[in-house]
Amino acid sequence: MRVFNHFFLGALLALFAQVSFAQFRIEVTGVGLTQIPVTVAPFRGQDALNQKISDIVLADLERSGQFRLIKVPLGSLDETTKPELTGLRQAGADAVALGSVTKLADGRFDIRFRLWDVVNGQDLGGQSFAVTSSDLRMAAHRVADYVYEKLTGDKGVFSTRIAYVTKATQRHQLWVADADGENAQSALASPEPIISPAWSPDGNQLAYVSFESRKPVVYAHNVSTGKRRLIANFKGSNSAPAWSPDGKTLAVTLSRDGGSQLYLLNTSGGEPRRLIQSNSIDTEPVFSPDGQNIYFVSDRGGSPQIYRVAVNGQGIERVTFTGTYNISPAISSDGRWMAYISRVGGAFKLHLMALADGSVKAITDTTADESPSFSPNGKLLVFATQLQGREALMTSTLDGKVKARLNGQSGDIREPDWGPFYKP
Amino acid sequence: MRKFVAIICAAMVLAACGTTVPLSDVPVTDASPKVISGTDANATGAGIKGNGVAPVDLGAGATQANAPSEARIVYFDYDSFVIKPEFQSVIAAHARFVKAQPARKVAIEGHTDETGGREYNLALGQKRAEAVRDALSLLGVSQTQMEAVSFGKEKPAMAGNDEAAFSKNRRAEIRYQ
Repeated sequence: MRVFNHFFLGALLALFAQVSFAQFRIEVTGVGLTQIPVTVAPFRGQDALNQKISDIVLADLERSGQFRLIKVPLGSLDETTKPELTGLRQAGADAVALGSVTKLADGRFDIRFRLWDVVNGQDLGGQSFAVTSSDLRMAAHRVADYVYEKLTGDKGVFSTRIAYVTKATQRHQLWVADADGENAQSALASPEPIISPAWSPDGNQLAYVSFESRKPVVYAHNVSTGKRRLIANFKGSNSAPAWSPDGKTLAVTLSRDGGSQLYLLNTSGGEPRRLIQSNSIDTEPVFSPDGQNIYFVSDRGGSPQIYRVAVNGQGIERVTFTGTYNISPAISSDGRWMAYISRVGGAFKLHLMALADGSVKAITDTTADESPSFSPNGKLLVFATQLQGREALMTSTLDGKVKARLNGQSGDIREPDWGPFYKP
Repeated sequence: MRKFVAIICAAMVLAACGTTVPLSDVPVTDASPKVISGTDANATGAGIKGNGVAPVDLGAGATQANAPSEARIVYFDYDSFVIKPEFQSVIAAHARFVKAQPARKVAIEGHTDETGGREYNLALGQKRAEAVRDALSLLGVSQTQMEAVSFGKEKPAMAGNDEAAFSKNRRAEIRYQ
């Protein structure tokens, strides 16, 4: 549903603009950005909180690349007030969100907001949440999701979660954080490396590779209980877990029969079934959103390239043809896009392929990109890279025009995987 | 010959120092998030499900005091899995040692330099480990005594992103268990 018929065709002159926010560094580059001008008033009562609800909402909206933030002094308005539209129109805002935070008798907080279409003078509805102080950020992300969906017609991803791994001396940690990188909670701490976390489709479990037993072994880990299950601990190396969309199957790379080869496992247990057999490296499997195909990396042609095979192991097709090193495929939820890492002149760069016609473009200026993962609405990518010699996580819009560095833990940070939509 | 025995003995002493700390059982705690019911509101009131994460800690780092002994490491060229002639004698010495002790288990751990993706490097390290395993097998070591595994680029022997470090990291380590 598109609410507005006149979108701001902005940033035509802003070839390079940088906005520094409380939580993020957000970089907007390029011309011809279509962004909705929007403003969010400070929520009445939020001054008493450490978490400024409106700041979190604004940072979410800006990071999505779909919005341009308009600064308008709005006074003390809340969701019960109809805003004065003329001034907002003059300031160039197409929409305004107004809200409040009230402390309840039981210690929780009541968060309420209402969204207004400034152009048409329309009330676009609102919501209220009663949350504990630890869930205030989540409530703010839900507000941003509502605004995003009402104004763009697509579901918001601000209340989703991202898993990632940090490495400090002798300490490797798997974290679960909000989609903005904040509110990180440790799921696993280990003296040995952890790689390749992958969210289950229901968002309850993470599969990953842990080296805690001095070899790569695949586990599935329920993040809310901390309960872990061994998924693949066969002789040799066990790695690269990928969930099928129905959550019933995991594709993994095993070396138990010699070489790195692809297998399918029931998540409930049982013997692995070989997907394909080759004399080359086959690894990094990932299911297509319809569950019918598996994309993977193979050096069968002499250099690592991305291929596609049906889940019954039939009909292997090569997908990447440009360059001599293409790895780490990720497929968007609508099946239209494949993000992957391609080596170009010694640099490892995030690329995006339109699967319909195979057209490819690089979308970063960085040179050590790794591990791309799509947001569940397919509108953003999260990936690992290096900034000023340190590992960092970044998000980018698919056109590469709006990028943000995620706040995270200190030290090296890597291996992001974007979880599914929030399920109430 | 006497020299090889000395090398192997030294390797054994160092390998014995390299035992890892056993992992304690993973604590299983119930930290299920409480669902907060929504309050009536002027619009579509709703609760928010908490997002609790139960932390699991596998303990502190093992004290890896053992510097890797050159005599149990096979180095590889860039993008290569071929065992260079200068390492044949190391492999032959280990083969004799393992064959003499049928109860002995050996892990061959493959590693890569830091260039490229983590999973693809894991597969490249596996090729190096399997190359050494197959060379030991050709010299008569039983497959049941050996396991070839890979650490990819996760455990470099030397920090740094120049060729001096890379050449020390492209390796397979023979480790007795």
